[in-house]
Order: sequence, then structure tokens, then C-alpha cells
Amino acid sequence: MTNRAGTIVGAALVASLGLVGLGAATAGAEELRIGFLAPMTGPFAQVGKDMVNGFEMYLEETKGNFGGATVKFIVEDEQAKPPVSVLKAEKLIRQDQVQTFVGGVLASTGYALAPVSTREKTVYIPSIPAADDLTQRDSSKYPYLIRTGWSSSQPVHPFGQWACEQGYKRIAVIAADYAFGYETVGGFQKSFEDCGGKIIQKIWPPLGTIDFGPYIPTIKQDADAIFTLMVGPMSLQFPKQLAQAGNKKPVIGGGTSYDEFSLPFMGDEVIGHVSPLQYSAALDTPKNAAFVKAYRAKYGKVPSYFSESNYTTAQLIDDVMKKTGGKWPGPEEFVATMAALKIDAVRGPVSFDEFRNPVQNIYVKKVEKKKLFGYDKDELWNTVIKTYPGVGQFWTYGKETFLKQPVYSRDFPPCKYCE
Amino acid sequence: MNVSLIRNRRNLLAVLAVLLLVGVLTPHTGPFLTLLVTRALVFAILAMSLDILLGFTGLASLGQAAYLGVGAYLTAILATRYQFGLGWSFWIVIVLGALAGAATAALFGLIAIRASGVYFLMITLALGQCVWGLAYRWNSLTGGDNGLNLPGRPTFGIAMASDLNWFYLVFGFFAVSLGILYLLVLSPFGRSLEGIREQEVRMRILGYNTWLHKYLAFVIAGAFGGLAGVLWATTNGHVSPEDVVLTTSVDALLMVVLGGSGTLVGGAIGSAVVLFLREYLSTLVPWWQYALGGVYVLAILYLPGGLMSVPVRLRQWRARETGAATLAAAPQ
Amino acid sequence: MDARFWLLQTFNALSYGALLFLLGSGLSLIFGVMRIVNLAHGAYFLLGGYVALSVIWSTGSWALALPAAAVAVAAIGLLMERIFLRPLGFDPLRQVLLTVGFAFLFQQGALDIWGGDNMDIAPPAALTRSVLVGGLYLPVYRIFMIGLATVIGVALWLAMEKTRMGAAVRATVDDAQMARGVGIDTSRISMLIFALGSALAALGGVIGGAFLGIYPGLDFQILPIAFAVVIIGGMGSLTGAAIGALVVGLADNFGKALFPEVSYFTLYAPMALLLAVKPTGLFGRE
Repeated sequence: MTNRAGTIVGAALVASLGLVGLGAATAGAEELRIGFLAPMTGPFAQVGKDMVNGFEMYLEETKGNFGGATVKFIVEDEQAKPPVSVLKAEKLIRQDQVQTFVGGVLASTGYALAPVSTREKTVYIPSIPAADDLTQRDSSKYPYLIRTGWSSSQPVHPFGQWACEQGYKRIAVIAADYAFGYETVGGFQKSFEDCGGKIIQKIWPPLGTIDFGPYIPTIKQDADAIFTLMVGPMSLQFPKQLAQAGNKKPVIGGGTSYDEFSLPFMGDEVIGHVSPLQYSAALDTPKNAAFVKAYRAKYGKVPSYFSESNYTTAQLIDDVMKKTGGKWPGPEEFVATMAALKIDAVRGPVSFDEFRNPVQNIYVKKVEKKKLFGYDKDELWNTVIKTYPGVGQFWTYGKETFLKQPVYSRDFPPCKYCE
Repeated sequence: MNVSLIRNRRNLLAVLAVLLLVGVLTPHTGPFLTLLVTRALVFAILAMSLDILLGFTGLASLGQAAYLGVGAYLTAILATRYQFGLGWSFWIVIVLGALAGAATAALFGLIAIRASGVYFLMITLALGQCVWGLAYRWNSLTGGDNGLNLPGRPTFGIAMASDLNWFYLVFGFFAVSLGILYLLVLSPFGRSLEGIREQEVRMRILGYNTWLHKYLAFVIAGAFGGLAGVLWATTNGHVSPEDVVLTTSVDALLMVVLGGSGTLVGGAIGSAVVLFLREYLSTLVPWWQYALGGVYVLAILYLPGGLMSVPVRLRQWRARETGAATLAAAPQ
Repeated sequence: MDARFWLLQTFNALSYGALLFLLGSGLSLIFGVMRIVNLAHGAYFLLGGYVALSVIWSTGSWALALPAAAVAVAAIGLLMERIFLRPLGFDPLRQVLLTVGFAFLFQQGALDIWGGDNMDIAPPAALTRSVLVGGLYLPVYRIFMIGLATVIGVALWLAMEKTRMGAAVRATVDDAQMARGVGIDTSRISMLIFALGSALAALGGVIGGAFLGIYPGLDFQILPIAFAVVIIGGMGSLTGAAIGALVVGLADNFGKALFPEVSYFTLYAPMALLLAVKPTGLFGRE
């Protein structure tokens, strides 16, 4: 695991080669110092690695040159602990003089880093933390924050409508008992109940549950479908145990329940499960096909949204630098320029709303076993079965109405139809 | 050996000299290192509180992070919900944090003090995990796993938002805590604790209420843990259940043993070493976890008295060498 | 809450308890014989799972993975006991901390060798089905877990009660000094028990791997649960470990099913309260 040392050396080498290649025209090219905070040790180490890999792949494609500026990419291990992420961010800002820092994984890390960006007047780009309020009710506190990933409830708002269209009327929910779970379920519940559906049950296994024995028998027998929100090891074990308990109902869920981080390790029990997210590795566009093939050839695994999100973040930073001619424009203008971008990313078209959260396609994807992109084995892929274009974080609700309601939590929306 | 380490006048002066050095040199090392040292000092207070239990009373606790958590969450809740603690009221929060830590320890102590040895370890672990569970589940109060963001460091005449000012304040708290605990262990109460550590049965026969002594030590440790929590929350500006997770308690215990249990400042040294490895070495190399594990293992194997025992061991080793040389050189 | 619910929950609790027995029995034996609190036990569990994965990837055989993992981790346990724990002598605190230090090293080593993905052990297809018994779907794998734990439990009990070696072990648990006095080689017994305990943990990891998954962090997640088993059942007692595993399995399962609001506390609160009343556990003696 020498990626950090290798990164600096590699980026510096490549950057200097790029400089030489560009010749006298870029004499005195500015240096763009980007700090990257990700867990490189501990339980989330693989997530951190995937994030770094995604960003670095873009760096290498552009030979470490963003619009004329040479990129210095500094990765710091924040160990998935918010206090450490704050410390490392301070190090990146004060010692390494980064103009912007990217990353974080947990919502609590996002919340811990956001005030640092305000305090230090440095741009923070949360590429993964999805906590809704970072770009909603709290966004005025963080003028130097621009999110390039997603907000937790963003994909599930259209998904609720999709569930109504499938004819589901009564859905039982089982979701990880933490804020990300609440926001995902909340978004789904709101739109599902607004089009006539009923959430009849909410079960909240603690985060990290791997034995769902106590919970599965309590799932209501008369539900039309089961909605699950699982992350990490939970997403591996729950579908298996559900299938072994003899479940015959359709299973749908939040995007992370079946994303490509866990999908390669799942079995056939997840075939037919449907979930929404702003990215699927099975997205059948030339741009994504190229991305998946290049990523898999380089890193040996199909990219998940962890990698895509950071690849696209790099692309966004690159586009801003291209517009400024390779010169760092200062944090306010950087944020404003990025917020005005409309790009064609691997995940599709991406632009930003006034709260600096992405407006993007949401893909409803179903797990299928097939051959894709010329690979010769049947594998599990998240086939896109419906696209909702241009989805913002408020869906069709309008920001005033939406912001008037409290943030989605364990008790909001209230379980009116729970039995 | 621990007793003489504390009482030795020379060691005391050495400690004071090192403290002075730290206080004077740190601000010149740059903002990142200043912040790192500040964090180490806060953790040093926690480690010293644990040393009272471990080094002086002989009780190894795996739940000290609970008191850190109580103090930290109290600070965060007061600051975010009631806008309290942002000015001169900060000093009241300090007292409240210590009291909250003490109160929690008073409650937990009733359950835990009956046990000893590995059972005490387990019961403190269980209680610590209960606090973690509470921080996680009581969303409306603690913000759940999102945690709570403090509005900023307090300003009372001087703005603590400046990392330098804050460093001096934390340093002051550390020095005062060290002083109070030092006086505590030198007092008759402290001596009784050491007696209990060595031979509890004998102490009981002599008529000491050993349960009460242990309980009081537990509560005092909780109070200082709560104080450390207030400082921790204010240093970081953010509190989350990650702060009260099991590994924090384990780290605290390891800090005390690494530095040398029963020496008070050993905890501070241990805190500096562990935090240096975790948060400074990790910016330089990716294999820092091996270094951390390696340091633990080697210290436990070869330095039973911790790092504080190094000068003594060196002296003993040198005395042995010169003694042998003298013997060899002496005319037979 | 009909009969179906109670039956299913009891069945699930039993299967979870079976896994916990594999995990806890080793820990209990190690403490009983050597008075060592092995905080690296969770790491042994996880390592067992990782070794099994490597065996399955290279040979394709799940059946081979079981003994391979057990032997590999037993060897590591032996090495650790011989080289690192033995020199410490009887010093519970330092032993605890040494094992924690090793747990950290194992954690990083496992991350470097196997990566950090959340993985799964795939048992033979026959074990992944479910059988329909009286209207209830019972996963065959859970039945297998109960069966295996019972077999191992009985084998261990027979070894302890009916063999000379077992008698020597029991004597060492009761009073090591006396045992040495009558000529029992307690250091050999210690080695044997440490190896056995580690092997049991590794076995738990292989079996559990198909049920819980194999991922970084599982070691510290499963450790407090293992301790709950041993504490409730009492250290050094095999019967205690079995009862403890059952109690934890039942309490945790039913606690979460009936009172989901306090899921985070269904394990620790009873443990703390039990220890408050009986500090040496249900069956322990100090």
C-alpha cells in the first residue's frame, strides 16, 4: 500500500513530463494542489482505495494537467474518524497549502469537514458524503462547499413514483438504523405515499447487523414488496438470509444495497432486485463502457459509484481549470464556476442546483446475470431499466415546500400507515 | 519503583522542564503540529485520569472513553441547543463537564466496583458500549451518527478560535490537571489507593473501606475524563459516536501502559507517542499501523514499566556494567 | 406473534448461539487454563475466514478450507503463545494489552493481504438451500451450524471428561500449582489449549464466514460478543460456554425481535447488570 508515496512521485513525474511536453508555452504553469481525504486503514479502507483510484485514473488520463495547471495530489488517511479528518484537513490546508480538498466517506465526516472549509475559506468537495442537509438546510453555513456526489434522498424520490407505477400499494421497510438509512427511507416514503402508496412497517436493524435472524420473521406477510437499505457487509448478508427464509416477495431497495462495491460478492439471490442510484456500472453508454473497461483493466474490479464519483469530481475540477486558463481563481470564483458547469460525465449529464448539489440522471436498475461490455463471463450487473433525467435534490417538491419540512429522520415522515 | 519515580525530586524537575519546553517550542512548529500537540494534551488528561485507576488503584478500565463522551456531548449540546458556553460561560461548561463525568462515573461505579481484574475490564467495556449505544440511538439529543457541529470556539476576552490561544489554554488545563492529580497521589488518599493496589485484603483488615476508596478514585477519574471531553469537543468542533467507540478506550489504556502506569506523566508520554504515530506518521507513510502495533507489542514485552522506566533501566544497566567492570578490575 | 414466529426466532437464536459457542468455547478454555484474556480472539476468527477464502480460491474446496484454516490459525496461536505470551508470565493486564497489539497488527496485515472488500464464503450448494418443515423455511446452513457446534461440543466434553488429557486440563484449570505438583506438564497443556482455542475460533470464522461475511472490522465487532458469552457463562467452563452462548443467542435474538428500539443495548446492558450482581459470571469461579 504505497499508493500515497507513489501518488506524489507519480503525479510529480507525470506533471513535470507534461510540462516538458507542453514546452515554453506553459512556462510558469501554476500548481494546483488538491488534498484528498479518505480512509486508507480500518474497516472502510477499500472504499477509500476505490475513491483514490477513481480520481487518479482521471489524473493519469490528463497526465496530471488540469487546464494548464500541474496537479499535486495529496492523499491523507482520515481513518473514517471525523476528528482525524478535521486534523488532516488542517494539515492539508495549513502545511500543504491545498487550494481545495475532496472526499470523506461518512456523513459525520462531511459534517465535520464542512465548517473547516468555511473557517479556512478553502473549497471542500464532498464527493461521497450524502447527508441531505449539507446542501439543504445547512448549506448557507458552507459557502465554500460544493457537492459532486449526491444527496441521500435524491435517488429515492423518483423511485417512490416508480414503485407506485409497478402497482405496489403496501411496502414493508427494513433499513440500517442510522442517518443515511433515515434519509433514504424518508425520501422513498414521501414520494411513495404521495402517489397513493402506504409504508406499513419500518424495521431498523442497527448499523453493522449481520445476523438478520431476529428481524426477518417480523416482516409483515401481507406487504406487496420489501424495501431495504443496506450498506457494506449488511448488503451482502441480508438478501441471502431473506432468500433462505423463503421470501417470495419482490425486493427493492436503496442504491447502496446493490451497488458495485458489494455486487461482485453477491450470489444469485439478488437477481431481480431493483434499486435507484445516479450511477450503474452497466450503464450502456459509450462513455461508461470505456470507463468500466479501463478501470477494470487497471484495478481489477468493476468500478462502483465510489470510483465514478471521484473520477467525475476530477473531471469537474479539470473543466473549471480549463475555463480559468489553468490559474486558481480563488475559492469563491472556483465554486461559482463549478456550480455553473454542465458536463457530460460517465454517469450522464451533470449540472448543479443553487445549493450546489448535483442535478443528474437517476437510474432505476435491476440486478441481472449476463455478459456485458465484451466480458466473457456471466456476471451480476445493475441493468438500467428506467432513467429519470435531470433529478435535483428536491424532486418535484419545490425548494420552499421541501425546506419547510424537517430533515428526514427516524420519525419523519411519520409512519401513518404502520400496523 | 513507581512510588520513587513520583517522589523523586529530580524527576519532578525533569518533568517540569519538559513541560516548559513543550509549552515554549510548540507554537513555533507550525499550525498543524500545534493542533496535534493540543490534541495530545487533551488525550493526556484522559490518560492521566485512567492512570489514577490503573496505576494507583490497580483497576484496568476499558470504558474511559465514556466520560470523554459525556463531557464532549454535554459541551456540544449546550453550544448548539442553548448557545451556552460560547463566551465566559465556557468556564461553567468546564465545571459542568467535569461534574457530568463524575456523575456518570458515580453511577457506573456502583455497578462496576464490585468486580476486579478481568471482570472489571469487561464490565467497564460493557458500560462504555452502552454510552456509545446511547450516543448513537438518542438522535434527537445527540444527532445520532451525524454528530453535532459546535458553532466555534469560545471567546472570552481572547478569541479561542486562534489555534495558538487555544493551545495555551489547553496546555494550562493539562498543567493544572497534572498538578491536582499529583497532589492527589501524594496525599494520604493516594497512598491508600496504592495500598489497595498492592494488597487489598490487608488494607481491609487494617480497617480501610476499600470499596469507598476505589469508588472515589473511579469518580475522580470520571471527572477528569469529563474535563478532557469538554476540551476534546472544543478542539475539534465536532462530536460524533466515533469519539466514544471501543478503540478510544483501548487507546487510552495502551497510552497509560506505554508511558508507564503509576507515573501520571507516563500517560502524557503515551498519549504523545500514540497520537504522533496515528496522526503524524500516517501523513508520511502508509504502514503506520504496523509501527503502532509494533510499538505496543515491543513496549509491553520489553518495557514493563513503560517508557518512563527507560532512564531508570538505563541507569541500572550502566550500574551493572560499571559494577562488573569494577569487579573485574579490582585486585583479587 | 404466532407460534410460527416463536419457533422461527428460537431456531434462529439457536443457530446464532451455535456459532457463538464455537467462538466462545476457545476463549473460555484459554482463560480457564492459562488465565489469559485473549483480545486477539476476534482476529483469529477473522483470520480463519480469510485463510479459508484463500484455500477456496486456490483449490475450490470448501471442505478442505475448514481444517486448513483451523491448523493455520492454531499454528499462529501457538507461535504467539510461545514467543510472546509465555515470557510475560502471569500478568493479566499486560497479556490483554499484548493481545490487543497483535490484533492491530493482524488487522493491518489482513488488509494488506486480502484487501478490504466485504467478502463471503460460499459453502457447497447443498448447504445453501432451505427446507420446508411444517410451513417454516429453515435454512439448511443454520441447521448445519447447530449440528456442527453440537458435535464439537460433545467431542470436547468427552475429551475433557473421559480422557487422561482432559483430566489433566481440568486439573490445570482448577489449580495449576497443584497440577504441577502431581506431575502434570502444565506448560504443554497450556500450549495445547491455546492451539485448540485458536483453532476453534478459526473454525468459527470459516463457518461464520458464510453466514456473517468476511470483512475488516469483523474482528472487533465479534470480540465483545465472544466476551459476553464467556462472561455470562463463566470463564474456564465448557458447559458455561455452551450455556452462555445459548443465553446470548436467545437474549440478543429475542431482544432485537421484541424490543427493536433498544437493539444496541440488548447485549451490553444485561451483561453489565449480570456482572454487577455476580461479578464472575453465571458459572465462573475466581
